[in-house]
Amino acid sequence: MNDFEYLAPRKLDEATALMARHGGQAQLLAGGTDLLVFMRNQRKRPQFVIDAKKIPELTQWRINGDQLIVGAAVSCRTLWESQEVAEKFPALADSACLIGGVQVQGRASLGGNLCNAAPSADTVPTLIVHSATARVDNHQGTREAPVEAICVGPGQTSLGADEILVSFALPLPPARSGAAFLRFIPRNEMDIAVANAAAFVELDASRQRFSAARIAIGAVAPTPLLVEEAGAALAGRAVDDEAIATAAALARAAAKPINDMRGTVEHRKQLVETLTARALRKAIERARKRD
Amino acid sequence: MSNKSHVTATINGATQEFLCEPRQSLLEALRDILRLTGAKEGCNDGNCGACNVIVDGVLLNACCMLAVEAEGCAVETVEGMARNGELHPLQHAFLEETGLQCGICTPGFLLAAKALLDQHPNPDEPQVRRWLAGNLCRCTGYDKLVRSVLKAAAVMKEA
Repeated sequence: MNDFEYLAPRKLDEATALMARHGGQAQLLAGGTDLLVFMRNQRKRPQFVIDAKKIPELTQWRINGDQLIVGAAVSCRTLWESQEVAEKFPALADSACLIGGVQVQGRASLGGNLCNAAPSADTVPTLIVHSATARVDNHQGTREAPVEAICVGPGQTSLGADEILVSFALPLPPARSGAAFLRFIPRNEMDIAVANAAAFVELDASRQRFSAARIAIGAVAPTPLLVEEAGAALAGRAVDDEAIATAAALARAAAKPINDMRGTVEHRKQLVETLTARALRKAIERARKRD
Repeated sequence: MSNKSHVTATINGATQEFLCEPRQSLLEALRDILRLTGAKEGCNDGNCGACNVIVDGVLLNACCMLAVEAEGCAVETVEGMARNGELHPLQHAFLEETGLQCGICTPGFLLAAKALLDQHPNPDEPQVRRWLAGNLCRCTGYDKLVRSVLKAAAVMKEA
């Protein structure tokens, strides 16, 4: 690993000042489960490593009014171990508990998963279907962006060199809503998604009809994808096999996968259709159980 | 070569100070500076679990943490598991159930199992398998490891 200077600011404004000064030569360190590996194999060679884990805004989570606020460096394990998160955001727990093993989950974070910008990132489709927004700061101020606007290509984000992803805001799910995340890997644990899918549904008072829905898919395009047309196709429709099949087919149509060592184009399209249908069914089941 | 950083951490209950380069992982600091060679370098990229340690109660891969991040932390390694010459119940169970063969992966498995039992003293088999999923063993076929952890849990419950 190349040499670098390690900086551990304790305040957000100190961190943004460091990013303004060192910008393109700096990398923010959250859990390090991707960054340190990339630095070791020379894929990344920062001159400054700025540890995010001493900054309260990045390391804390809380329910604030009608939102869940999660610091970008909060570990996946912190999230799946929380009963409150599991109850209100089961899809987030679905995602957080299958990235790596327990020892990776103890360090890996939502912010790191998003900024690493892998097409297969397992927490990103879930954040997208929950309409999560990202708080992004630099030394001049703060902005908010929908999570689906952050990844622009494999390993590439829309963040400026001086910007820090601070936290996520997820609206608390409304009544009669549910969400679920599923991925396919050829073994039980510890693998990278061949394809993944997240679904969020809100049902009407009869619980037999969709009021709204959001579908997002991963590992089937250069970035995780929000499939707006799949969600839109469900709004107002009766909850039945035909509606689910329609949305799943739209997810398949939106997928633009590649052939690689994990799967072929055709396999991934088939998977994403099946995963979307199954995630929808699980989300509906959860929505029917919720007040 | 950069200036070395001064790190103070509690290692297996004792306060230790050491100098390290920012680019050195916690694993390198443990093995090369503190001469605690229990944690092993397997893959060095977070896949195999051979370098597992517990930091402030959290199981992690020491290869994926910088040594400078350990400032002020409490680090547990396999060297701290036996007390006063008496093996930890997990270590006994690994011996009795043949939870090890060549031994390279053993410290990592022991720490993963300890982290599990510290938090969940009565795990079921799927829970044990989930907590051991981040550790690779090329000898045992895993069933003996799972049996070892379940046995240790039962022994610790009786004690």
